[in-house]
Amino acid sequence: MGRRRKDPGSRRAISRRGFLTTVSTAPIAGAAIGRAHETPAPVPAAEAHEPVNVVLRINGRSFKLQVEPRDTLLTALREKLGMTGTKPGCERGECGACTVLIDGNPRYACLTLALEAAGHEITTVEGLMNGEQLGPVQKAFVEDDAMQCGYCTPGQVMAAEGLLRANPNPSLEEIRLGMSGNLCRCGAYDHIFKAVQRAAQARRTGGMS
Amino acid sequence: MRTGEPYFAQTGAGAPAGQTGADLPPWGETRIVGKPLPRVDGYERASGTAVYVRDMALPGMLHGAIVRCPHANARVKNVDVSKAEKMPGVRAVITGQTPAAKIPWYSGDKGPTSWLFDAHCRHEGEEVAAVAADTPEQAQDAARAVSVEYEVLPFVVDHEKALEAGAPAVQEGGNRFGEPSVYQRGDVAAGFAAADAVIENTYHTPTVFHTAMEVHGSVVQWDGDRLTVWDTTQGVFNRRIELAQIFKMPLSSIRVVSLYMGGGFGSKLEVGKYTVIAALFARMTNRPVKIFLSREETFLCAGNRPANRIWLKAGVKKDGTLTALEARFSGPAGAYPSWDALSSYQISDLYLCPNVRTEEQNVFINAGKARPMRAPGFPACSWALEQTMDQLAAKLAMDPVELRLKNIPTVSQIEKNIPYTTTGLRQCIAEGAKTFGWSEARRGSRGDGHVRRGTGMAAGMWGWAGEPSAIVIVKLLADGSVNLNMGASDIGTGTKTVMAMVVSEELGVPLEKIAIEHADTATTQYAPDSGGSQITLVCAPAVRAAAAAVKAELLSLAAAELSQPAAALRLRDGAVEQTADGKRVPIADLKSLGERQLLIGVGRRAPHPAGKTALPFVAQFAEVEVNTRTGAVKVLRMVAAHDSGRAMSPLTYKNQVIGGFAQGLGLAISEQRVMDRQTGKVVNANWHDYKIPTALDVPTSHTCLPIDLHDTECNTTGAKGLGEPATIPSAAAIANAVCNAIGVRFFDGPITPARVLETLARKGA
Repeated sequence: MGRRRKDPGSRRAISRRGFLTTVSTAPIAGAAIGRAHETPAPVPAAEAHEPVNVVLRINGRSFKLQVEPRDTLLTALREKLGMTGTKPGCERGECGACTVLIDGNPRYACLTLALEAAGHEITTVEGLMNGEQLGPVQKAFVEDDAMQCGYCTPGQVMAAEGLLRANPNPSLEEIRLGMSGNLCRCGAYDHIFKAVQRAAQARRTGGMS
Repeated sequence: MRTGEPYFAQTGAGAPAGQTGADLPPWGETRIVGKPLPRVDGYERASGTAVYVRDMALPGMLHGAIVRCPHANARVKNVDVSKAEKMPGVRAVITGQTPAAKIPWYSGDKGPTSWLFDAHCRHEGEEVAAVAADTPEQAQDAARAVSVEYEVLPFVVDHEKALEAGAPAVQEGGNRFGEPSVYQRGDVAAGFAAADAVIENTYHTPTVFHTAMEVHGSVVQWDGDRLTVWDTTQGVFNRRIELAQIFKMPLSSIRVVSLYMGGGFGSKLEVGKYTVIAALFARMTNRPVKIFLSREETFLCAGNRPANRIWLKAGVKKDGTLTALEARFSGPAGAYPSWDALSSYQISDLYLCPNVRTEEQNVFINAGKARPMRAPGFPACSWALEQTMDQLAAKLAMDPVELRLKNIPTVSQIEKNIPYTTTGLRQCIAEGAKTFGWSEARRGSRGDGHVRRGTGMAAGMWGWAGEPSAIVIVKLLADGSVNLNMGASDIGTGTKTVMAMVVSEELGVPLEKIAIEHADTATTQYAPDSGGSQITLVCAPAVRAAAAAVKAELLSLAAAELSQPAAALRLRDGAVEQTADGKRVPIADLKSLGERQLLIGVGRRAPHPAGKTALPFVAQFAEVEVNTRTGAVKVLRMVAAHDSGRAMSPLTYKNQVIGGFAQGLGLAISEQRVMDRQTGKVVNANWHDYKIPTALDVPTSHTCLPIDLHDTECNTTGAKGLGEPATIPSAAAIANAVCNAIGVRFFDGPITPARVLETLARKGA
């Protein structure tokens, strides 16, 4: 069945290649992975379970934490920071339940190492809230009942947010394509498309992002 | 299903007497029920603040991981945990040798057939040992370090091969799970002799997986002799019963909670070994313990909708009257006694037919045990029956819609001709066809290029009218706000929303002033599992009864206080209103309520209507495009006409319908468990290789057409079930549409591109 993967090799520095580089060279302490190829001298590989310090910039705030080099951004968010809005579904880049924005683009947090994410702006579903108020995409999801069990919903919301930041006025086909990296087993897709259209409208008229 | 299966018992016997509200009149014009209002917990689900069990963390909590057998059939010779025990963070290890783990499992008719950790592993993924450690990663590392010696045994993973002589025996008694279940009425031989046309074919449907978004798992904590389990379950009360039996504990000492649950579809209707393993670890370590399966583990040991092989023969008169239906079903239960997943129910009940004989045989194979999946057995039955109906129509040169309309029963033939309370089958088919534009579409061009268009339809019904028991408490507080105490889980179907709407309708209290306690055995009352499309029709009348009891008491208080007859008062928008002049007193201003602080109503479900059966019906229509060069099938649009009684909550109603269709789409064209015949292992135990529908695969146009027949005999809210019927005919409708597009019928599913191309090539040769 057609499914567009979030292309990890696109313009941004976070890439599948970056993922592999990190695994193999594992720079110690928050080296900006996006610039790993600029590192002049090889650094000794850390053991996968040896904790290292990292600073993650999440929803506009900086968090200093210790992670294992093998820890994904998903693990860091949920297990280290208690930010459980981002959901694990498959932990292998198939379902999109863990979608977050990295520098504004939708990315699977389960395929992004925490160390890789250092130096980038990370946005999670918690970051779309205005205080206790839902953001426009979240609000549209509620109004169009774009959910059933709700477990994939934070990931769907982030994919929609990323789509609308890149394309404020998407066609239905663009919405289907933009949301195709996020599985919803309850099958609420039709309502999700409507919510994305409603959110696009709200963003255009309300000027919120 | 087997005749007489208790799950399908259509009886109200045992329904508790008491406050059922059976004398409540049907609602007239409603103010809240039936309105397209957003779900009451949409905020929690969209904001990320809803805490699923997967999200839970307790102080000092340990994490468990399970060691699983990699072979399809093997004997465990030795388990060496010495290395794992010494690894960082490891707190406890359990194997089959651990005395506390000697717990019987997988009960059949003759008692348990296995153990929590069985020395004989009969399928890939069976549990061998488990580890608890400080972090999930440490637990997984240690589980990988457990060294197991196996004696690998011959296996069989194809249920038709399992019935052949000399096939490896999965269970000691052989590979037949139970005796064949036979249903019979009339004389099929005479029926076929009287037929003008007969169609006879064999159909296969694939084994498919539930793959709910939240994987299965539990967080478990002991507090002395009391056990608390936060579980990914579709029903906290039945999980409590299972755990009480396993641990030989009083029900009152066990608390099961499941406030948010990320999808079940039937795979979370039984207690998991992980829950019990977590409980053993929690006892051993005096710590809370969390165990969640990996996605891959769920494909191996969290259930499936088993494959069906269906031989079906049907006879019909020239005028379209069915004369006989005969069918033989078989399918794999997996390696252990499981939910009986075969169902010829629709063959015996959907269409008028005097002569019917069906036979069902479940078979053991060396694969993960089946579990109920959304309308267990029914979509496979539809696949065979509804394709047969289309072939009969073609043979008679009759429109498929017309043929079905010729054979609409008004009584339940499988239930010895007792009437249905309501049956909207005719309206579903006729009005669905009209909305779809069936006649025009069937006359329209199929295209002459390599992309062909076609239309198809299928009808269906669901065969379960719900458990008799549910108890609900509604509390009205002094400020006019309400607490709804209802035990059912809301697994995403909108249960909380529907129930809150019922309270609001009855008491005139706005939805935002209704707080819901649910799915917690310590604080809420018995409700059946959220499965089988039963929660709305079982719990909503109990909610209405409870709210009506509060209303009666409140109106009597108000009548005394306002010196008005109670009959002259009504509840509207949080106030007591005098019907005559509209004079209002806010509920919160009633002094008598302030003095009492609390009014309580208890509601129960009334028994099933005596001598009748209340079931939902459906007809779905689909238009597809088939690319004869790539073999790709694309569904362009669908119309779903449902008689599920009153449409209580239109938004969540449509959501069920589009979701049911999407799952039927997967069954029709892309989903199938693939097993390696050389090793007996599942080769596509992940979402990359196991293809569920995505945003690009569902149709661009969905039309949901509720046939809004209020079934007030079924219950006082007029609602019937919806979740299962939404997926029952979907795959069959798509198969019929594909046949209409390219003139080739697919008896075996799923209709993958490879199968389309192969079949077209064979036809061309």
